[in-house]
Amino acid sequence: MDALPAQSKDSSRIARPLIELHSVDVAFARHPVLRDIDLTIPRGQTLAVIGESGCGKTVLLKTMIGLVRPARGKVIFDGKDLARLNDHELTHERTRFGFLFQGAALFDSMTVGQNVSFPLREHTQTSEQQIQELVLSRLAEVGLPESVVSKKPAELSGGMRKRVGLARALALNPELMLYDEPTTGLDPIMSDVINELMIRTRSQHPVTSVVVTHDMRTAQKVADRVIMVHPLSRLAPDEPQIIFDGPPDMIEQSSDPRVTQFVRGEAGERLMEMRKMADLRQAT
Amino acid sequence: MASQSTTRARRHGGPLVAVVDWIADLGGLVMNWMVGLGDVSQFFFRTLSWIFRRLPRRDTLLPNFYQIGVLSLPVVALTGTFIGMVLAVQSHSQFRLMNLETRLGAVINMSLVRELGPVLAATMLAGRVGSSMAAELGTMRVTEQIDALSSMGANPIHYLVVPRFLACLVLIPTLTIMADFMGVVGGATYSIYGLGIDSNHYWQNSQDYVGAFDLFSGVFKSLFFGAAIATVSCYRGFHCDPGAEGVGRAATSAFVISFVLILMLDFFLGVALDNVYMMIWPEGTRLI
Repeated sequence: MDALPAQSKDSSRIARPLIELHSVDVAFARHPVLRDIDLTIPRGQTLAVIGESGCGKTVLLKTMIGLVRPARGKVIFDGKDLARLNDHELTHERTRFGFLFQGAALFDSMTVGQNVSFPLREHTQTSEQQIQELVLSRLAEVGLPESVVSKKPAELSGGMRKRVGLARALALNPELMLYDEPTTGLDPIMSDVINELMIRTRSQHPVTSVVVTHDMRTAQKVADRVIMVHPLSRLAPDEPQIIFDGPPDMIEQSSDPRVTQFVRGEAGERLMEMRKMADLRQAT
Repeated sequence: MASQSTTRARRHGGPLVAVVDWIADLGGLVMNWMVGLGDVSQFFFRTLSWIFRRLPRRDTLLPNFYQIGVLSLPVVALTGTFIGMVLAVQSHSQFRLMNLETRLGAVINMSLVRELGPVLAATMLAGRVGSSMAAELGTMRVTEQIDALSSMGANPIHYLVVPRFLACLVLIPTLTIMADFMGVVGGATYSIYGLGIDSNHYWQNSQDYVGAFDLFSGVFKSLFFGAAIATVSCYRGFHCDPGAEGVGRAATSAFVISFVLILMLDFFLGVALDNVYMMIWPEGTRLI
């Protein structure tokens, strides 16, 4: 008798989207960055968020896990409104996220081993020996040798730092992985290594992922769904900020020239605007 | 940018408009100050609430205690010694005119224990530790390390601010006592061996006029200085503007604000403690 309600509760939990954003506005010092964002991310999906620099992609990512508080609207994580959680509850919920930051954000004062073991020490009662084993296995998963354990982040290359960041983000087997520009600043081969790691992570762990990128190759390779965010300064007051939402193979067929120009990497109207501005400056 | 240009545009409207604008700017400034004060207070109370809820782990606390307390000892001891000797040099010429050289010990030690020891130790702590804390936390903010902490379910206030706050609060009395002690030694050494004052009279006068309450009031004040330094420095680091310039500005302003606060607190606490002293011992002690 007891099993049935528990089972239905569990199935309703699985059917529930992991993240929902309802009419979210974000502003910094009265400068609006995101406007009226509605977004639902089902469990297990890999969503790529694309858009030009400064359009608010990273802010959107940080808003999803409560690092940035929206000025209006709701962010629901697994049925819980993040704004209603106190410090302690929010801290607990965050153990379910893994975040790979743009610059990896490794703690400078700690070694690679201490960085990767940080979430384990902070949130689990694991023994020291088990922690060491877990650290080595996480590092091996991202293709790093044992010898990096005692190195400081400053001694590593950009690609290695990103991989350590990924190993640290995966330490607690998160349900939601957030990647902020994971391939920016890396050479094409290392970018592909990171893309493959993201795909491998999804196949090895049942994880929902959000990847912020302006690298179309990454978006097309790793994502099930792509959304394109446009800067508010270039939008009409009533235009939606998400100008594309669909599967990656449909993006090139978009009827919106702003989307296709971005995908093909064409300056288009932007070049004309820059020339006009330069002319205007000369004239004044 | 838009508001700046409107303000500039408005200022072309004549003297009356300029006065109104000036009042509006002043109002804006006061509002910003009030918002800043509210922010710092909230930051302080969140720090306190984490102290009572859960103390940081030993391996987080000890490096901060070492960095803030142990490494500050030599510089505090050195400055303490010199300030004691400087007091002896400056006071001697004045006291000699009144033939009161033997009272030098009372003056030097009283000034040191009540005022200069705590203020000097706090100033050295603000300069050595406060600005470095602001720069370190500012760099962590700029490089998203504070966000990384939050994203891993570690509260940045609990993990970064509480150990620094506790280290400042617990160790500043020790640093103050060290500054007092070295100042007393420095002042006595120069007075006795440099200025030739009789050591018996020097120490006897010190003993007569400097009491436990004086030592207590210095140490008591230092607790407030330590809390102010840690709160202001960590707050400035947490709210650092982006870039190297932002980090530099956070470090500088952490020291400047801490220093101003130390002097302001010193004044108000000095008045309060004086009133307490007068209530307990209405007769007081007289130097002359």
